[in-house]
Amino acid sequence: MSQTPENLKYAKTHEWARLEDDGTITVGISDHAQELLGDLVFMELPEAGTSVSAGKECAVVESVKAASDVYAPVSGEITETNAALADSPEIVNSDPYGEGWLFRIKPSDAGELDLMLDAKAYEQAAAEEDH
Amino acid sequence: MLIFEISKKDRCNPSQAPLEKAAVEKIPDRFRRKQRPLLPQVSELQALRHYTRLSQQNFSIDTHFYPLGSCTMKYNPRACNRLAMLPQLLGRHPYAPETTGQGFLACMYELQEMLKDITGMAAVSLTPLAGAQGEFTGVAMIRAYHDSRGDTGRSEILVPDAAHGTNPATATMCGYSVREIPTGREGDVDLEELKAAVGPKTAGLMLTNPSTLGVFERHITEIARVVHDAGGLLYYDGANLNAILGKVKPGDMGFDVIHMNLHKTFSTPHGGGGPGAGPVGANETLQPFLPVPVVTHEGGEYRWLTEISLPHSIGRLSAFMGNAGVLLRAYVYARLLGRDGMQRVAEFSTLNANYMAAQLAKAGFQLAYPDRRASHEFIITLKQLKDETGVIAMDVAKRLLDKGYHAPTTYFPLLVPECFLIEPTESEDKDVLDGFIDAMTEIAAEAKDSPEQVKGAPHTTPVRRLDDVRAARQLDLRWRPRD
Amino acid sequence: MPFIPHTEADIKAMLEAVGVDSIETLFDEIPAELRCGELTNVPPRMNEFEVTRLMLERAEQDGYYINFIGAGAYEHHIPAAVWEITTRGEFYSAYTPYQAEASQGTLQVLYEFQTMMASLTGMDVANASLYDGASALAEAVLMAVRTHRKARRVLIPTTVHPVYRQVTHSIVTNQDIELLSVPFSKQGGHTVLDALKSHEGGDLAALVIPQPNFFGVLEDVDELTNWAHRHNALVIAVVNPVALALLAPPGEWGDAGADIVVGEGQPLGAPLSSGGPYFGFMCCRQAHVRQMPGRIVGRTVDATGNPGFTLTLQAREQHIRRSKATSNICTNQGLLVTAATIHMALLGPEGLERVAAQCHANTLALLEKLTAMSGVERVFDRPVFHEAVLRLSSPANDVLRALEGQGILGGYNLTQYYPELGEAILVCATETRGHEDIDKYTFHMERIMSKRRLDPPCAVKANPKD
Repeated sequence: MSQTPENLKYAKTHEWARLEDDGTITVGISDHAQELLGDLVFMELPEAGTSVSAGKECAVVESVKAASDVYAPVSGEITETNAALADSPEIVNSDPYGEGWLFRIKPSDAGELDLMLDAKAYEQAAAEEDH
Repeated sequence: MLIFEISKKDRCNPSQAPLEKAAVEKIPDRFRRKQRPLLPQVSELQALRHYTRLSQQNFSIDTHFYPLGSCTMKYNPRACNRLAMLPQLLGRHPYAPETTGQGFLACMYELQEMLKDITGMAAVSLTPLAGAQGEFTGVAMIRAYHDSRGDTGRSEILVPDAAHGTNPATATMCGYSVREIPTGREGDVDLEELKAAVGPKTAGLMLTNPSTLGVFERHITEIARVVHDAGGLLYYDGANLNAILGKVKPGDMGFDVIHMNLHKTFSTPHGGGGPGAGPVGANETLQPFLPVPVVTHEGGEYRWLTEISLPHSIGRLSAFMGNAGVLLRAYVYARLLGRDGMQRVAEFSTLNANYMAAQLAKAGFQLAYPDRRASHEFIITLKQLKDETGVIAMDVAKRLLDKGYHAPTTYFPLLVPECFLIEPTESEDKDVLDGFIDAMTEIAAEAKDSPEQVKGAPHTTPVRRLDDVRAARQLDLRWRPRD
Repeated sequence: MPFIPHTEADIKAMLEAVGVDSIETLFDEIPAELRCGELTNVPPRMNEFEVTRLMLERAEQDGYYINFIGAGAYEHHIPAAVWEITTRGEFYSAYTPYQAEASQGTLQVLYEFQTMMASLTGMDVANASLYDGASALAEAVLMAVRTHRKARRVLIPTTVHPVYRQVTHSIVTNQDIELLSVPFSKQGGHTVLDALKSHEGGDLAALVIPQPNFFGVLEDVDELTNWAHRHNALVIAVVNPVALALLAPPGEWGDAGADIVVGEGQPLGAPLSSGGPYFGFMCCRQAHVRQMPGRIVGRTVDATGNPGFTLTLQAREQHIRRSKATSNICTNQGLLVTAATIHMALLGPEGLERVAAQCHANTLALLEKLTAMSGVERVFDRPVFHEAVLRLSSPANDVLRALEGQGILGGYNLTQYYPELGEAILVCATETRGHEDIDKYTFHMERIMSKRRLDPPCAVKANPKD
């Protein structure tokens, strides 16, 4: 069974988000999403400095059999991307909530985070999608 | 072993190249290559043996049953190859004057005329080089039509969710956004959803009929009316024309423009991925926008019509006239079949598909659309097998290779989980179909008794299951010599 | 029944299994009012020997000509073994290698092809081919725009094949991409930096550089490449693969090399065949590989650790990425690529270089003889590979027609696409046009031109002062 940590916020489109102490928001894809995609082989991540808007696609994760857009959960500016993924995309499979994070956003409106789903609501949404 | 690993420095095949190297001092040094390219240095026999052996590592129609759904892997008659490769036909330069190509052009003209009849269209252009280019042509013509009327607000192409990936990709290449139309429970387009989707933004609808779900779209007349009423046009994806050849014409169904895959329906070779040919037919509305060149016959002479006489044409799609050699093979095939043979193609491909569907259902396999007639192909879903045994469709596909059958199309259409799209074609005998059904039955039993045997398949092919993940993560796209 | 193996007994048994009484019943879901009658414009069937006779007659009607036309398709000798092997059923009647384990033959051929093309062009990687040279240029333009991200304007010199430019326009026109042409030097027939100046400062995605160009002329590829890179534009090279046996590979042009290389693969083993099937090739830098359209084969290992080949990077392609794919292309010209791979293997580096050198030498020999006569002159003064532009003192069309009457295709008439060059033709002598052919061409050309000098057609006679 896939993990859905309680301390994170989620989007229906399978991203998770976490507010850091410095005010940035770290974004990744859920355990459920990485399971659906299978072994990841490539990430196309936005450059630092790019502005993104909530709900708009800003990255692509690619497995052998699928390519999936990643949507920015909140609006703001990309401050950092996970450089380790360029050589080792498999980290997203093995540790989606830790070392496998994708990018950080400096939010223009941190309130948008509250509009996201909690773990329970996300699990429910994901289960419905499977049917 | 790669050809480069047989290579030895300074070996050369002098019989196939000029006997000496001519002087090239007129080419100044700054334009010249400094280091020779990495091409093999092998003898003629070594090359012959190497590539003959490689050929033997392929499954092909000539060696195996190849029921790859949506690809129409039927027998490629040898006469078509031989007669398209007559020396005069091979030697003719594309810019040789029309006066030196009347024989060739006669074949092209007659092929155009036959394709017009078969599709119920007013005119045909043979020039698109492949199915996807034919699709591009069709949608580009739809766009040119709207633009010519100053009707520039149409920005959407409607595509059923069961469509080939080429359909949405094509719409994007033509500058349109894609709106997906869901499929109803029985495999027809959901009419209510379609009605809700059409409007002033609708440029057109791309549809395959019979659809990729292996069933005939029963409401096609109604669909055509809905799209036309909204000012949109209908594009017919000819991927499945084999199923209806001589039975029903796309033009009569209400389509405005269509492409055909001659490498499917007209049995030109697939060649390990190409070449294809994707002629396009259009009704009177879209005829002016056809790509050039088109052959005409006037005053006893055949000649090309170009953009000069067809000023509204969407233009050219290839450097010359198209894949002439493929078109010649299709022409010979059409002459060998004749008008009755065309109908028989539809009849026996449909009979074979319905027979296999019935027998597989009896053997316990689940049909995706059990209440429908199959077209020339049909879908089974192996979801139940997966739930019971953990064996997935891909495992069964690989195990079929061990049993001497090429696998059907797997995991397409995306709507049906764990699916096989199976297309036997008309050129296969009942015994072959029975053999395949037996193999499927054996594999289903193996999946229950010894699932590892199936999951570890294939066991007998030149290589075992390949690591696609490694291929994508550690890209190795060319050979490099060791230092 | 042609190509249908069913016996009456089979049909009966199969219909019973389906539970219908006739084949016709299987079509009962098609609305009756849509069903068509007889295909009246499809003739009744012929036997194989009847079709053979028909095709032999038609081929005979077209006959043989001594060909001096190039203009994008070149008559080279193709070793006999090439098509003998290529048309083996295992290559001929296989499909795209989706089931890699059952397609190692095709896949390995493609991997070897990619290796050869990457080396020939001096680039990192090659794809498994595109439709033809012209559509490959269109795909390269789209790829350059995707790669560049910021600009959508592409410079295409008028020294690029005119039909390639038309095809590129047809294919990219709906994607909001601007194609800008660049005039050529009237003296050299090449693209000069001065002509690019007016485009400096604007956002450019790419500059297309042909080598040799449509006129056969060698472009100053190093300075053009450096110019493009200085202005943040990518370089798309359009090259002839045979010429690359002699000419600097695009990967080494200028300081940094070209970014994308495309071209027509026909000179590598594909017969002229009235224009196809040929194949386009495309190579690029490793960094851009994910923006490349078309099939790509990679080497990997199987479950037991043995090497094997498979299609890779498929997430770029239409069957996965759908409306966001790099292109809608599915086809690679597999059969032509098989022929090209065998062709290159048989010739090897020495053989291909000899072919290229002989083409060059034959063309120079032809030019020397033709320009020795009055009324025929070279138009450009730059070095050429195996084609050149000649201006005639008589109408090009008439001269070419007169040559045709002697069984000679004397060249490509440039008056339609380049009226500013006057009565100009583009001539080409490959390695297959030896001294005898050249002498024959010269003899008839001399005769035709002198006849026109002594006995000009009426239009000219009417103006005696000329």
